[in-house]
Amino acid sequence: MVPSDLRYTKDHEWVRVDGDTATIGVTDFAASQLGDVVFVDLPAVGKAVEQFATFGVVESVKAVSDLYAPLSGEVLEVNADLGSKPELVNSDPFGDGWMIRVKVGDAAQLGELLDAAGYEKLTAEA
Amino acid sequence: MTESAAPTSLDVSAGNAEHLHETALIDIHRALGARLIEFGGWLMPVQYTGILDEHRAVRERAGLFDLSHMGELFVEGDDAGDALAAALVSDPRTLVVGRAQYSMICAPDGGVIDDLIVYRLGPERFLVVANASNATVVSDELAARLGRWRAVLDDRSLATSLVAIQGPRAAEVLAPLTDVDLAGLRYYAIAEGHVAGIPALVARTGYTGEDGFEVFVDWARGPEVWTALAAAGEDAGVIACGLGARDTLRLEAGMPLYGNELDRGTNPFEAGLGRVVKLEKPGDFVGREALARVAKDGPAKQLVGMVVTGRGIARHGYPVLDGEQRTGVVTSGTHSPTLGKPIAMAYVAPDEGAPGTILSVEIREQPVAAEVVPLPFYRRAKPA
Repeated sequence: MVPSDLRYTKDHEWVRVDGDTATIGVTDFAASQLGDVVFVDLPAVGKAVEQFATFGVVESVKAVSDLYAPLSGEVLEVNADLGSKPELVNSDPFGDGWMIRVKVGDAAQLGELLDAAGYEKLTAEA
Repeated sequence: MTESAAPTSLDVSAGNAEHLHETALIDIHRALGARLIEFGGWLMPVQYTGILDEHRAVRERAGLFDLSHMGELFVEGDDAGDALAAALVSDPRTLVVGRAQYSMICAPDGGVIDDLIVYRLGPERFLVVANASNATVVSDELAARLGRWRAVLDDRSLATSLVAIQGPRAAEVLAPLTDVDLAGLRYYAIAEGHVAGIPALVARTGYTGEDGFEVFVDWARGPEVWTALAAAGEDAGVIACGLGARDTLRLEAGMPLYGNELDRGTNPFEAGLGRVVKLEKPGDFVGREALARVAKDGPAKQLVGMVVTGRGIARHGYPVLDGEQRTGVVTSGTHSPTLGKPIAMAYVAPDEGAPGTILSVEIREQPVAAEVVPLPFYRRAKPA
């Protein structure tokens, strides 16, 4: 079961909106598909990310994967812990493994994302 | 999130799985929850619990590998030694019975068709082990090259299961299960005997940089050998390991992987393996003229080890830069679990291969600093 208060992309990112701040990470499904995460490359604070465009890269021992932004906005904060502890993406993908916080530009973009039920349906088919 | 530049995709669709070979151990892999991928025409486990876990198990204890996808080619006959010496770049005639050598089969132009291990099982009986992805090509090519000799090739790739146990505790786990004297079995040696009561060839070879053994048995007996080794190794912390850990282990040990460091466009001298080529051996061999020229003139490129000192992981295919100038290409790269930093092997220009040379690797269009270092990255401590 994925958290019901989040919204999801088809590319396995999640977003939690709290006021005008959105926290973004990848799902437990993504973390498990990736295997052991050893490196996360994230944008600098102040940079703009665009909905469904790449905002960074996550690397496991074996694979390199692009990260896609669920929402557009300006990066307010980056999870610095992932620099030394990228394995947080595997151990706590919805919590301490979060990646970036952005200032929400357009809340209407949430309508283009999946809810928990829709995302679970997607991963059940994968 | 989508994979953009995966050296090996972690995904396998059920759709194409049905065209792949499966080893005799496939049900065991499935029961262990392995993630299965296509590799060299086979459906193989890439990981069970996780690559880092499995990698550490082999470095610290031991790991169990299903290598039944490898090609096993038996060569026998009055001229078997001479025939192999003419077909390969090494000289298997110099092996005493029961010993093995690393070898290669090259094209007339010196390009590597495959890298191999040749075991001498008897005065005129040899076992040649080829990579899974090349097994058919090597089998066909070798059969053609043996044509004019009194030697026959018996391709037992699909009749042989190969289970490896690799790691510092491999010998103590295997010893109670076998009548082969492991203490007397040297590195790169092979002996005939039994494992768990099953007729087996036991070789002290591997691809991990650790002590370990490779056990060849009849196809159908593979699961029994695996199960016996897994049970015997349980208390020692032996776990099943997949191709993912095998790749990071061999890379730390500086061992080439065919398709990455070796291919038809690369000769052994470029790969730093000129010592394998016996130019002075009696008789001609395929590739001799071309390889003698490379030995005299020097290789056109050089395989080096690199440690990425900037932020990022170098991967297969990424360009290597000297300033603005492209000078080479990464052949393999990963995050080294043992060293805790990104390592890579790369081909660079021959004059840029000295350890300490600072180059860069282009990672997602950005140059990232990397230093040339000696290979291997990891060497096991020799027992006192």
